[in-house]
Amino acid sequence: MSQLLLDVNGLTMRFGGLVAVDHVDLAVKHRQVVSIIGPNGAGKTTVFNCLSGFYIPSDGSVVFSGEQVAGMKDYQISRKGLVRTFQHVRLFSKMTVIENMLVAQHRHLKTDLISGLLKTSSYRRLEQEAMDRAAYWLKEMDLLQYANREAGNLAYGQQRRLEIARCMVTQPQLLLLDEPAAGLNPNETKELDELIVRLRDEHEISVLLIEHDMKLVMGISDHIYVIAQGAPLANGTPDEVKNNPDVIKAYLGEE
Amino acid sequence: MTETLLYLIQQLINGLTIGSTYALIAIGYTMVYGIIGMINFAHGEIYMIGSYVTFIVIAGLLGMGMVSLPIILIIALVVAVFIASTYGWTVERVAYRPLRGSNRLIPLISAIGMSIFLQNYVVLAQGSRDVALPPQITGGWTFGDPAVFEVSFSYMQALIWGATFVTMTALTLFISRSRMGRACRACSEDLGMTNLLGIDTNRTIALTFIIGAALAAVAGLLLGLYYGVVNPFVGFIAGLKAFTAAVLGGIGSIPGAVLGGLVLGVTEALTSAYFPSEYKDVVSFGLLVLILLFRPSGLLGKPEVEKV
Amino acid sequence: MQNSKFLSALFAAGITFVLACLMIGVKLDTEGTELAVTGATAEQWTWIGLGIGLVFLSQLFSNQIDAFFGKLPKPKLGGLLPEEKKRAALKPWLLAALIVGMLVWPFMVSRGAVDLATLTLIYIMLGLGLNIVVGLAGLLDLGFVAFYAVGAYTYALLSMYFGLSFWMCLPISAGLAALFGFLLGFPVLRLRGDYLAIVTLGFGEIIRILLNNWTELTNGPSGISGIPKPTLFGLEFTRRAKEEGAQTFHDFMGISYSSSYKVIFLYLIAVLLVIFVIYLINRLMRMPIGRAWEALREDEIACRSLGLNRTTIKLSAFTLGASTAGFAGSFFAARQGFISPESFIFIESAIILAIVVLGGMGSQIGVILAAIVMTILPELAREFAEYRMLLFGLLMVVMMRWRPEGLVPMKRPHLELKS
Repeated sequence: MSQLLLDVNGLTMRFGGLVAVDHVDLAVKHRQVVSIIGPNGAGKTTVFNCLSGFYIPSDGSVVFSGEQVAGMKDYQISRKGLVRTFQHVRLFSKMTVIENMLVAQHRHLKTDLISGLLKTSSYRRLEQEAMDRAAYWLKEMDLLQYANREAGNLAYGQQRRLEIARCMVTQPQLLLLDEPAAGLNPNETKELDELIVRLRDEHEISVLLIEHDMKLVMGISDHIYVIAQGAPLANGTPDEVKNNPDVIKAYLGEE
Repeated sequence: MTETLLYLIQQLINGLTIGSTYALIAIGYTMVYGIIGMINFAHGEIYMIGSYVTFIVIAGLLGMGMVSLPIILIIALVVAVFIASTYGWTVERVAYRPLRGSNRLIPLISAIGMSIFLQNYVVLAQGSRDVALPPQITGGWTFGDPAVFEVSFSYMQALIWGATFVTMTALTLFISRSRMGRACRACSEDLGMTNLLGIDTNRTIALTFIIGAALAAVAGLLLGLYYGVVNPFVGFIAGLKAFTAAVLGGIGSIPGAVLGGLVLGVTEALTSAYFPSEYKDVVSFGLLVLILLFRPSGLLGKPEVEKV
Repeated sequence: MQNSKFLSALFAAGITFVLACLMIGVKLDTEGTELAVTGATAEQWTWIGLGIGLVFLSQLFSNQIDAFFGKLPKPKLGGLLPEEKKRAALKPWLLAALIVGMLVWPFMVSRGAVDLATLTLIYIMLGLGLNIVVGLAGLLDLGFVAFYAVGAYTYALLSMYFGLSFWMCLPISAGLAALFGFLLGFPVLRLRGDYLAIVTLGFGEIIRILLNNWTELTNGPSGISGIPKPTLFGLEFTRRAKEEGAQTFHDFMGISYSSSYKVIFLYLIAVLLVIFVIYLINRLMRMPIGRAWEALREDEIACRSLGLNRTTIKLSAFTLGASTAGFAGSFFAARQGFISPESFIFIESAIILAIVVLGGMGSQIGVILAAIVMTILPELAREFAEYRMLLFGLLMVVMMRWRPEGLVPMKRPHLELKS
């Protein structure tokens, strides 16, 4: 069995007396699309916040490519190659598209003052590489013609794509997408579907997805986890999950 | 009892007196912060205006030949609270409400502008020099051995303690019992959600500013009478102190603000008792930095959970 | 609808009356030992009446006013200038012409004008420094003047006790101010932005209190005088050389002594320092660190999710801003020849902040223009001096309401991708 990219065991998050996430396990292999589904308020975003280091989990372990990351700072986890998007798009809206892409590559650049002020050759080389990477991903996301627009002025669907492009340019191993299809029209959702598949098959990264659009989830997921009220309810392939009586009950309510 | 101990007791009395007025001002900061997550920079100026109104009313009534001190004080209190609350409401309406939802920096700058404006407005209207009011409430109790050290607890100090206690109790009752108070608490939990539930959040926020201003006016009256002087610049330092008190106690927590105010007052009294008194501001500022360094959530505050 | 508009306008007018009736309508005065009140003069009541009327009308027509401000044409500087490409070609020439103009200009005008220009240049430096902190990184620093004071006192004290020269002290002042910024920023910048505002406000006060009370070192409120002026490669601008064996400028050049050489020399140094600062910040803004500052201002959470360490990035902005102030401070000390804690009060911080806000947060040109307006205008309108701070406060509120991006909003750099 190949080593797991992400191995989460017994993840628990308590706020005061409230248990928002209760002993959740997750496993993501290399080049896999895994989804987390569940009713609103089930604690899916809280799981993401724990994985990406915005919250420090109360309990449990998060092992990412063989390394315990629970308790690390958010920016440290991101540098290890676990990068996320947000439920509500978070762009640097007064900055241009290309600047958004460059900020994301901050740690790949020479950031000390001296080499920047003197424009040393290594500084210029890294800066050029960053521009090329940015151009590559903007092209992939069909955003190249907007490179010098202010990010806040893009259409909503484009903003969503830019957010993913901005993650990809950091060269992650695992991409966490928090409801990427929210607010997209059917056409854009279809494009998103194709994009995620391409990320997995061509760019060889794994995607962990929170999504309410069941058609999207069932179509692309290799594995699905269902969470209800913070606790794991079921998991399996799309077909197994679809036919699980507990899941049906949780979604449709007890009749 | 030894002299050292008596001296210490005297300092504690003085410290608790000043501390309780800090607490009154600090509540204004803490409530506004609790509800909109922002510092009300103009709060210190409201306190200063409260002091001015008190002086104006007292001088006016004395000038008209009124002699009954309790009645004069009650009228002064009512007028000061009314006018300061109007200022508090106006600050919210002008400097905060139109900017809700914009980048955090924007209302902060607008509020600091408001503070500068109010300070200089009073300078223009009332002059920048000290205005002195002769002591109205004199006398007090003394105890301890006159040969060693006499501890005094003046009637004015007793009034400050009493007034602070009554105000705090009234506030606590208001917040826990009344409808508006419940709305306040709901808003500080989750502003967006409260709005959805049909509570007029604008009104609740305005009310928070008004309550804060009213308490600052009470503090303005008490400290004005205690010190007997006021000038347009007293709000600046008092605001800074009260903010320190609010952070010390845990910003957002009302009991925290009270505790923070008392701790800060005592710390200052002890500092000026044993060191040159100019350094008391330095010590309270140092205290602020130390809390932020080691316990940013304050003595009674909850650690902040960011909404992502 | 119209009716409720009228009622709310009436309400606003009533509020204005409550605000004004006691605070402006009655004046406190000390008569002997007694405190007395006097009613305002008829003239003052007229003003109050006018104010109330104004509030009433502005509330009644608030929609129209908002619309007016919203429609107010944003100064299209881009439209005035030739096209992007042409402009790029013209830019070096324009800059060269501007610099030559600035160098030649002082020889043609009065000493007072040159002196005022030097003061303006100091404020430009301060504004640019604060612009890094507030405009780019979005950190509200209300005690900027403290770092200015650190710089000024560093030079004054080092020259008084150790006889160090201006040129030696310039980098030391900047460094020391940066160190102070670092030490202050370190505990605070991990926390939410508002804490920084209040801590810097407190720090500004504390520095002033320390300077006032640490009499053995700083001479307290009476300040330090006789701070030496800068020299030109060791040439002094005095009538006679102060130090043994030193030469004066006019002797060296073989011309007769004139005190305006000194003024012009100081002006030229200020021009050089400003050009240096502008160049430096301009480069920084296009470097990764500059972009990271702005990104933090825009969205801190997104930054963290992309692997940016917010504390170090904020700290770098805060420290660099502080060092600029220290830089300006040591020049200020050299120019004045005398400094005291009086020069470093909160009002100064407020003025610098007003410059940044008026000019346009993040915009270098905006800040420069605002600094020029804010220093020259009070000189022209001295009779309104007492209203100055009042207007600055009002300006901040009004700008935030209608034009938070400032008069000359920042222009985004255009980056060319090859694909």
